[in-house]
Amino acid sequence: MKDLIEIRWHGRGGQGTKTASLLLADAAFNTGKYIQGFPEYGPERMGAPITAYNRISNNPIRVHSNIYEPDFVVVVDDTLLDCVPITAGLKTDGAIIVNTTLEDEILKEKLKDYFGSIYKIDARKISEEALGKYFPNTPMLAAIVKVSQIMSDETFLNDMIDSFRHKFAKKPEVIDGNMKAIKMSLSEIHKVQ
Amino acid sequence: MSIRERLSGNEAAAIAMKQINPDVVAAFPITPSTEIPQYFSSFVNNGVVDTEFVAVESEHSAMSACIGAEAAGSRAMTATSANGLSYMWEVLYIASSLRLPIVMNLVNRAVSGPINIHNDHSDAMGVRDSGWIQIFSETNQEVYDNLIMAHQIAENKKVLLPLMVCQDGFITSHSIENIELLEDDVVKKFVGTYKPEHYLLNDKEPISIGPLDLQGYLFEHKMQQSEAMFNSKQVILEVADKFEKITGRKYGFFEEYRLNDAELVVVCMNSTAGTAKATADKLREQGIKAGVLKVRVFRPFPAEEIAKALSNSKAIAILDKADSLNAAGGALFEDTVSSLYTSNIHIPAISYVYGIGGRDVKIDDIEKVYKDLNEIVNNNGNINYPYRHLGVRGI
Repeated sequence: MKDLIEIRWHGRGGQGTKTASLLLADAAFNTGKYIQGFPEYGPERMGAPITAYNRISNNPIRVHSNIYEPDFVVVVDDTLLDCVPITAGLKTDGAIIVNTTLEDEILKEKLKDYFGSIYKIDARKISEEALGKYFPNTPMLAAIVKVSQIMSDETFLNDMIDSFRHKFAKKPEVIDGNMKAIKMSLSEIHKVQ
Repeated sequence: MSIRERLSGNEAAAIAMKQINPDVVAAFPITPSTEIPQYFSSFVNNGVVDTEFVAVESEHSAMSACIGAEAAGSRAMTATSANGLSYMWEVLYIASSLRLPIVMNLVNRAVSGPINIHNDHSDAMGVRDSGWIQIFSETNQEVYDNLIMAHQIAENKKVLLPLMVCQDGFITSHSIENIELLEDDVVKKFVGTYKPEHYLLNDKEPISIGPLDLQGYLFEHKMQQSEAMFNSKQVILEVADKFEKITGRKYGFFEEYRLNDAELVVVCMNSTAGTAKATADKLREQGIKAGVLKVRVFRPFPAEEIAKALSNSKAIAILDKADSLNAAGGALFEDTVSSLYTSNIHIPAISYVYGIGGRDVKIDDIEKVYKDLNEIVNNNGNINYPYRHLGVRGI
């Protein structure tokens, strides 16, 4: 892992994007990293575009600004590709990860101004299969961990089971589904060639 | 043994309050400080603290309840932001003049209008002359540490002044970061038991609190408040020394970052200091002697000490996250330059109003400030125009 990894999340209000950024901060924290996880609060309403950020480093993090040149961008809702400057400042040696069912060629066309790597995942399918409902944040969390290589799959899985046991102490029935969603995502995330 | 955790600034404040376990907390919710009383009320409900939680109907009542509780002889705390603090305004003066060491969390947010929920320091600056000690926090860690130290400062017999711990709304209040917590018993021992000398519920010593105080005595009482504010300087340093012994974390009136040999200095408060430090590091790599002076204690203002710390620099930029709308620069700027003048130090200094209403402050912005300072130095100290704004469109 590079000394500092900066991640920008794009989603819509209600999809759990902020929660995903906080879960990623948690997971990285548990492996000994210094972390920041923060949303950019705007007019909060269901369906409105929202942004959240992560900084992950081996050293204390001092900067307290939003992230303008991220290493990775995670797009939780592909309708944002047409209305938000998704790839603004995104480093070409980084990557963008999109939750989408769009054909590769169409996705590449939408991201034609970006010259770095493009990854895609069908978080809806995974979530509905594993959880019976559409919660894209858990699959997207697994996707960014896999692509950014912040930690190994094994470390991540061990960490998440602990974290879900804590988070869902009052509804343990959802733990297995979330773990299944993570495992499916780790194997299904793939690079668009 | 310290506890490695990751918490938001609001969580850090609530955890500190849990460990302090005050007698009374009275609060009314307002963004971005709402989570503090929200988390705290769950501690009350779950029985992990034995605090009397007063869910009041306004901030004016929140502060009034704190005043009543503290005057009765108990330890009271609250939290607020922006217009909530504005609504407390008249009672803030009552708290300080009655010498009640109430401790407040102020999660800094722009005072309306137009309405805005994001960070600047206009709330804190609006009450800077109300007789409260004001301590600013760069990080979640500093929020926590400043709260743990707060009662020991405020309740000291030489001080007896209310104290507010400030942090930047959303930027730290809603950002998860690493933090080192102390164990409960360590905090309990450090904070100690509150033993007021005079209090209303002491049946051995019937007293009146807050009677009419006219021409004959008010000035003397204000003089005592003024002396208490001067006295608090020594106490703040003593408490910081005690705190360093248990944590290894050192606090003073301000933090000097790469200031020793700095030629170009940025003075600022709260979370911007972190971004300024990162900028100074970047410029140092390019051979530019950049430094940062982060003001932690704004009230009392450490005038002589700041002047001395700045005395070797060649140009200074003072960053205010509130516009005093006075056609003469921000509050931190005015206090800093008057400190220099009083110490007979003349160094070119400029005022920047920045970050208003949550306008993001980037490394690029601070870099621009250092660049401007460099120009002043290269221009024989000629300032041109001192009252500047940073990061605003249309100038």
